[in-house]
Amino acid sequence: MPILIQFLIGLLFGVGLVIAGMSDPAKVLNFLDVTAMATGGWDGSLAFVMAGAILVTFFGFRVVLKRKTPLFGSSFHLPTKLGIDTRILLGPAIFGIGWGLAGICPGPAFTTLGVGSAKGALFIIAMLVGMVGTRWIITRPASPILPMASNKSAI
Amino acid sequence: MTSFTPFSALAGGAMIGLASVLLMAVSGRIAGISGIAVRLFPPYADGEWAGRTAFIAGLVVAPVLYAALSGGMPVQSIAAGPALLIIAGLLVGFGAVWGNGCTSGHGVCGLSRLSLRSAIAVGTFMTTAMVTVFIARHVL
Repeated sequence: MPILIQFLIGLLFGVGLVIAGMSDPAKVLNFLDVTAMATGGWDGSLAFVMAGAILVTFFGFRVVLKRKTPLFGSSFHLPTKLGIDTRILLGPAIFGIGWGLAGICPGPAFTTLGVGSAKGALFIIAMLVGMVGTRWIITRPASPILPMASNKSAI
Repeated sequence: MTSFTPFSALAGGAMIGLASVLLMAVSGRIAGISGIAVRLFPPYADGEWAGRTAFIAGLVVAPVLYAALSGGMPVQSIAAGPALLIIAGLLVGFGAVWGNGCTSGHGVCGLSRLSLRSAIAVGTFMTTAMVTVFIARHVL
């Protein structure tokens, strides 16, 4: 599909993050600090960002998914997993701890780079190492006990 | 201290939603930033690398476009130091891939599709993030 369109959609997503204030980790942390609801200074903006995004996506997906295929591509790629397993609990639990430590999740991580933040770049490198390493753990064919032997047998 | 900005939050959120809808319309894929980011690296399962790179490049360029239009870079304050950022980045990277999604994939797209898995994921990461901030700010 045309690369320029993908770029423009990423740009729209990123400008949305910036306008919403979600490119500022301090604003995200001030939402997550729920004790401030009682003591004052709580920033509830993130809830409104999610509300605005979900409202548009909920109705937008209903329109788009009535089509048989996307404009560029042969089929829609929707998640097929339905069951609840340990991964859907453990993954987000660890993700939340990391998010709470720095106030940065993957989307805003990339916008921090555009602002020119060396700290943002450091976070992105660590995040990508974590992502690629985790996917390797998930997809590798080797047994954890005998990695060499099972690697060979898998090939 | 940041101020509560419900209107710009709603407007920015709507733009994020519109981008997610457009990506589904043109490429048929969920706008999950962690899923897009990890697929920038091998092993490659399809031929969409260039499109994913372009999408991420759009995210990176967004503050520059915003600055060009508004006259100033967006406010951004990262309180965490280098060691904490590395730990946080590793945890976010692990958790997003282990749990098949992050704030955008589960939070925006998943909840909009009324996915039970995504609802559980969002409830879980919101809870652990709030507990983490509570401990970091009020216990330690």
